[in-house]
Amino acid sequence: MKFDQPATTNPIDQLKVVGKPTDRIEGPLKVSGAAPYAYERRDVAPSPAYGCVIGATIGKGKIQSMDLGPARRAPGVITIVTAQNAGPVGKGAFNTAKLIGGPDIDHYHQAIAVVVAETFEQARAAAQLVRVNYVRTAGEFDLSKAKDGAKAPKQLTGGPPDSALGDFDGAFAAAAVKVDSTYTTPDHAHAMMEPHATIAAWKGDELTLWTSNQMIDWGRGEIAKILGMPKTKVRLISPFIGGGFGGKLFIRADAVLAALGARAAGRPVKIALQRPLMINNTTHRPATIQRVRLGATRDGKITAIGHESWSGDLPGGKPDGAVHQTRMLYAADNRMTATRLAVLDLPEANAMRAPGEATGHMALEVAIDELAEGLGMDPVELRIRNDTQVVPDAAGAPPKPFSQRQLVECLRTGAERFGWARRNPQPGQARDGRWLVGMGVAAAYRGAPTMKSAARVRLNGRGLVIVETDMTDIGTGTYTIIAQTAAEMMGVPLASVRVSLGDSDYPVSAGSGGQWGAASSTAGVFAACMKLRQAVAEKLGFDPDKAVFADGRVSAGRKAAPLADAARDGELVGEDAIEFGDLSKRYQHATFGAHFVEVGIDPYTAEVRVRRMLAVCAAGRILNPKAARNQVIGAMTMGVGSALMEELVVDKGQGFFVNHDLASYEVPVHADIPHQEVIFLDETDPTTSPMKAKGVGELGICGVSAAVANAIYNAAGVRVREYPITLDKLLAGMPAVA
Amino acid sequence: MDAAHKLEISRRGVLIVGAAASAVAAPSVSEAQAAGADAPVLAKVAFEVNGTRRELELDTRTTLLDALRENLNLTGSKKGCDHGQCGACTVIVDGRRINSCLTLAVMHEGGRITTIEGLGQPGALHPMQAAFVKHDGFQCGYCTPGQICSAVAVLDEIKAGVPSHAGADVTAAPQVTSDELRERMSGNICRCGAYSNIIEAITEVAGGNA
Ligand code: FES
Ligand code: FES
Repeated sequence: MKFDQPATTNPIDQLKVVGKPTDRIEGPLKVSGAAPYAYERRDVAPSPAYGCVIGATIGKGKIQSMDLGPARRAPGVITIVTAQNAGPVGKGAFNTAKLIGGPDIDHYHQAIAVVVAETFEQARAAAQLVRVNYVRTAGEFDLSKAKDGAKAPKQLTGGPPDSALGDFDGAFAAAAVKVDSTYTTPDHAHAMMEPHATIAAWKGDELTLWTSNQMIDWGRGEIAKILGMPKTKVRLISPFIGGGFGGKLFIRADAVLAALGARAAGRPVKIALQRPLMINNTTHRPATIQRVRLGATRDGKITAIGHESWSGDLPGGKPDGAVHQTRMLYAADNRMTATRLAVLDLPEANAMRAPGEATGHMALEVAIDELAEGLGMDPVELRIRNDTQVVPDAAGAPPKPFSQRQLVECLRTGAERFGWARRNPQPGQARDGRWLVGMGVAAAYRGAPTMKSAARVRLNGRGLVIVETDMTDIGTGTYTIIAQTAAEMMGVPLASVRVSLGDSDYPVSAGSGGQWGAASSTAGVFAACMKLRQAVAEKLGFDPDKAVFADGRVSAGRKAAPLADAARDGELVGEDAIEFGDLSKRYQHATFGAHFVEVGIDPYTAEVRVRRMLAVCAAGRILNPKAARNQVIGAMTMGVGSALMEELVVDKGQGFFVNHDLASYEVPVHADIPHQEVIFLDETDPTTSPMKAKGVGELGICGVSAAVANAIYNAAGVRVREYPITLDKLLAGMPAVA
Repeated sequence: MDAAHKLEISRRGVLIVGAAASAVAAPSVSEAQAAGADAPVLAKVAFEVNGTRRELELDTRTTLLDALRENLNLTGSKKGCDHGQCGACTVIVDGRRINSCLTLAVMHEGGRITTIEGLGQPGALHPMQAAFVKHDGFQCGYCTPGQICSAVAVLDEIKAGVPSHAGADVTAAPQVTSDELRERMSGNICRCGAYSNIIEAITEVAGGNA
């Protein structure tokens, strides 16, 4: 099905099932421990061998020699695979560094070997016996030093690296009120709870991987490329994924080494990356240095807006797109953005939840707060005053309207619900007992891309509707919203729908990434259901255009029959893909939000406690408000993490992230997170997909950290521009304790 | 070399891998080598899991978590870190919640172990499991069995009057408040960030308002 005209009324608009806050259909499996994750597939690999991955212990250089002898002789060891004995191993198109290093080492903890043994304990013990001699070479591990040599990257997701409109320099120089601030954000880890894990099994030249991956078809192609085999001989299965956040978009070392290990061992091999290896071995969100300049008239009209961002990655890597939302959020006639990429020898930088916008808002939305203060204006009002309904900086492309843009409504609704009027604009004034209390706000923007997505829907003689697509559920609620879509389309209750996901034998979906999953994959199911409805109507001898599917029955005019009747002589199948035309070229598809945060700060220790949080989101039709809300509160939680605690500490001498485990890379825990409120504004967007939906999982993190930072400023009057905002950075500026 | 000494070295080996950062070139490799070169030490252990007596002969280095997951095929208990840092492996042993990755299986001779599978199954969920579904107290589900085992034990701890840092007075009987629950649940990380919903689920089971 081609989607190239705005949607008109369709069966989804009935909203009998779609749009309801349904419990997750896979919930009982997850809460009882019955949902099988990749490493746990005893059913497919009853007696696997175990792999233990060895990571390089230098940041850059070469392996001079490797002594495998003692490890090979250790009890239970079956085989040891290294780059030297693995046979040809290529590099994936999505990987910047090779997944198995040697002799050249590109980064710390790059995998250099896997020890395969009969048991986990034996593999782990033997891995200790591998001796490696390295020759270290000097590397660049310090972004602030490499910054001056940074170059314009070829491409930035969402447009060219640089953009310019009007006369930024002139307008900024002439502006009555100005902000010129530089912010830094550190490297962040996805730190999903399930480690990257894979079971690999060969049958002749065919390879099956039970793995934990967000993008099945990408992964299938990547494995084929890396191992030099036809894609058709690779099968990826990933029905349950213990979190991804972008960290499982790509094939990683667990999958490749399990495949190589299984080939060498002649039996299935399973590997879970050891937690202390994950952070340096896999990808991370890169650190940024960002300079934001804003100029405004005295009455709060922004006349100049400039945003420059620097980040680093391995040679051939990609920049962080921190400037992106600055091209979208506020009107101003004179503008510039610039992105520069430095070469660093740290582990590979790559996508993490809302790549670009997550870091970009951390700078821009604090700068807006600083401008509001300079103007003596309410920060909600300032944002509203500079709203626009067309893309203010199309980066050289012709300007286009947003299909929907309810930023102002988000801000107003949020201000009202949060009690913003009670905020004292004078920092450091509000108290609750001994606590200093402050409120902060930030706007949120995130694009709403769509991707081609296919599905197959079967109807059997018992009236069961079975959906198959290689789409993944990474905690996003995909199982449930796909079931809701199929139930709505076929006119059956949710209980009559089965959903099978994450298998490369199924039609290729959009996968989970970039906030495109929900809208795209359900649209693919919509398309397949349209085909199935056609087949059902034909089989029953009804006019397909007139057939109504409801309550488990199909009717047309005076004729009616149970849906199951259509499959009484055998299963009926509908298979199709949704393909998106140029509507996203005619309209800017985007989601908007506003975050409100209240913090308390201990006046003696500068300890920050988040007391209240509210997000208001305008993100198209919300397919399941319960699951969508969970996406947003989860993102808000991660945003609190990047505001207050998350930081991969770089050892700039040795070249690695020092705090590479869950004890030292701090993420929010229960005690850090208060009750959270989420409001979804009523919105349907007929230009995005027949579902009229967008995504929310990434919108939810955009702006959160800035709202926390702004609340801290309001509470204590200390502006920290270097994330995370830890108490050591606040203490010196804290108001004197009376 | 006697068995106790071997156990000692093996555990040290575990710790070295745990530290991973400099594992390969670490000077202590020779000690680990001695451990690795020997045949694994096996020991018999018997305990009760979810009401059923289980007898196993295990490598003494096997954690309780791996014994459950790899030997007994009870994969509901999750391995998030294997280092006592995340809580995904939480099970209830002799009435107390513990990180099963931080304890060796052979240390639990005669123990009574309850895992997530023992609390309830689809169709017959434990009230805490049902409340997690109702309040959407999870996303990816990987931390969930640990959260639920922890939550069940937390309510028992509060009932038993075990104090926590959240209470102002350690001698007063603790109450089921959001602050108490948040404090006591903080050893269970949920990177998906479903905390707000989890507290609502636990509060409902405890019969209170969050
Ligand atoms: S796996 Fe035991 S605490 Fe993380
Ligand atoms: S549900 Fe994914 S980590 Fe908690």
